[in-house]
Amino acid sequence: MLKSKRWINFIFQIAALVLALLFTSLILLAVGAPPLQAYKNILAGAFGSWDSFSNVLVAWVPLLLTTAGLLITFAAGLWNIGVEGQIVLGAIGTTWVLRLLQDSSWPPALILILAILAGMIGGALWAALAGVLKTFGGVNEIFGGLGLDFVATAMTLWLIFGPWKRPGIGSMSGTEPFPEHLWLPQITDFRISAWALGLAIVGMVIVYFLLQGTYFGLKLKAVGKNIKAAFLLGVPTWQYLMLSFILCGMFAGTAGAIQVTAVYHRLIPSISSGYGWLALLVAMLINYQAIWAAPVALFYAALNIGSIRLPIVLKLDSSLSGVLQGMLVLFVLLGEGVRQRLLRRS
Amino acid sequence: MTTETIIIGLAGVLASAAPVLFAVIGETISERAGVINLSVNGTIILCAMGGFAVAVRTDSLLLGFLMGALIGALVALIVAFSSITLKLSQVAVGYVLVLTTRDLAYFLGNPFMGLPGPRLPGWNLPLLSQIPILGPLFFRQDLMTYLSYLLIFLAWVWIFKTRPGLMLQGIGERPAAAFVRGANVTRMRYFYTVLGGALTGLAGPMYSLSVKAGWKGTISGLDGIGWIALAITIFGGWNPMRAAFGAYLFALLQWLGLVLQPSMPGIPSQVLQVAPFPLMILTLLLVNIGNAEWVERTLASLPEPTRRLIARILRSLRASPPAALGVPFESE
Repeated sequence: MLKSKRWINFIFQIAALVLALLFTSLILLAVGAPPLQAYKNILAGAFGSWDSFSNVLVAWVPLLLTTAGLLITFAAGLWNIGVEGQIVLGAIGTTWVLRLLQDSSWPPALILILAILAGMIGGALWAALAGVLKTFGGVNEIFGGLGLDFVATAMTLWLIFGPWKRPGIGSMSGTEPFPEHLWLPQITDFRISAWALGLAIVGMVIVYFLLQGTYFGLKLKAVGKNIKAAFLLGVPTWQYLMLSFILCGMFAGTAGAIQVTAVYHRLIPSISSGYGWLALLVAMLINYQAIWAAPVALFYAALNIGSIRLPIVLKLDSSLSGVLQGMLVLFVLLGEGVRQRLLRRS
Repeated sequence: MTTETIIIGLAGVLASAAPVLFAVIGETISERAGVINLSVNGTIILCAMGGFAVAVRTDSLLLGFLMGALIGALVALIVAFSSITLKLSQVAVGYVLVLTTRDLAYFLGNPFMGLPGPRLPGWNLPLLSQIPILGPLFFRQDLMTYLSYLLIFLAWVWIFKTRPGLMLQGIGERPAAAFVRGANVTRMRYFYTVLGGALTGLAGPMYSLSVKAGWKGTISGLDGIGWIALAITIFGGWNPMRAAFGAYLFALLQWLGLVLQPSMPGIPSQVLQVAPFPLMILTLLLVNIGNAEWVERTLASLPEPTRRLIARILRSLRASPPAALGVPFESE
């Protein structure tokens, strides 16, 4: 019985993938583009060479870290849409410490560690703000978080064009790049940093065990399932909600810190690259199961990187990857709904 | 600034609030029926693109606007089907649709980037537009702005003064009771969600064919408006009149930001563009904080006159959502 249930699940998921590809193909045909060619280019753009694959990993690291963080807030039943801004604040915190210490004689390793910690704190503070608005102000975390997302972006722009502007005139290209000894060391000939990869993997493992194997995770899920019942059973609910916000903010902040220290080496206007929005999709697609986060995030990162080729080779907009990513989640959700409905019927 | 420029500016405020009003009232109707359509932000962008593309290809403004309404209705139909029939989370489906419709707009709209397109002409109402001050303020607008005035009034009358409107309130507040009284909750929820989606959809072409004419892809300046509209729906307490007040206030503040910008050279324009968002948080805080338990406890410890004053202010600001908002309905 259990085996056949798993089998049916699998069929529904494959069907969702096929339908999403079918829909995207129709969209491609609608603009007169050859679908197979487009998919081939996405694949080649993501996995065609070691170089492109290392770019996929560069995108995978922040996406995985953010997804890991979101699994904590989702466990508590929270829709932390503010995660995008939490990445940004992480990047701002890291940039701030790097700017402060870049001319000091402190060892670079220490500066980098402090900078990444500052990123974690930045993300955590921004998440805590959304949490306070939610738990004490009654502001739904979707709207509070969303507002804070836009404020975070404005803050970045203000810093880049104001106090942190390049010598001379501020520009959309961001702040002055940091000296090379303050970059997270990269693997020779690749853009990816082993430290960043390590942080992402360790972070994901921590979240997996936190949610699966600890008393804390269990209580958090109780809060998420039924906050009133959890309160009556003696779980300090608002403290748990705040803590889950803060933990998620730390993960998102780490992602932002890595964007600064390992990818762009400066603060740029779109420092978060939309990974917060995308991580929410990934978390939904894996039905909030930590075990699937790494492979699915890799797939989504590959779609993002692969689609960069589309405008160059096929003169198509790279937002195609977003359509495919969204449609996939939509069809998986709809499939789940249909399956549940069939179950209720029988 | 002369009186004349102020009046022209305020008339511009009324015009730029019009699409927001359509979105807010569309969402209000949908949420009154118990369905949150979270997709507004993406829907508006997709409808703006679709309406513009159709208007460019057919050279027909009417078809452009119809396309906007149609796309809005279709997106709402997905929300309705997944939440009413499949009983999926409205937030989850809505969120996916926000992102997907937006990306779809940018992808499909690529060939239409920067093309010259038709634009809804102004239409001075005879006689009325000649009234001093009020004429140039209210009656030298375009058709959709006039319809936006009408929409506020119609939606308010429909919800609060008619029998079907009472039923609409019922299926959002106590669907089981409405069901017993003979309302077909499922069908009515479908109807109002799709109707609300069509109204929201009209906001798209109102931008691309009038207020911010043209399609410029990611820099069309439409990203974020839908979220503001959702916040105004809450601020408006699901009442079209109060929602209209919110929409006009929002447009007024945006205009003030533009007018005052030259006197604040230190602030880059991108920062002022997001000024509505902290404001959104603040208004939501004001609307909701009266519901918080710790506020009640603190109030109870205050001296009586102060307590009564603050409690009255909070109560007048407070807005409570329809009781069954987001809750699937089971007729069994």
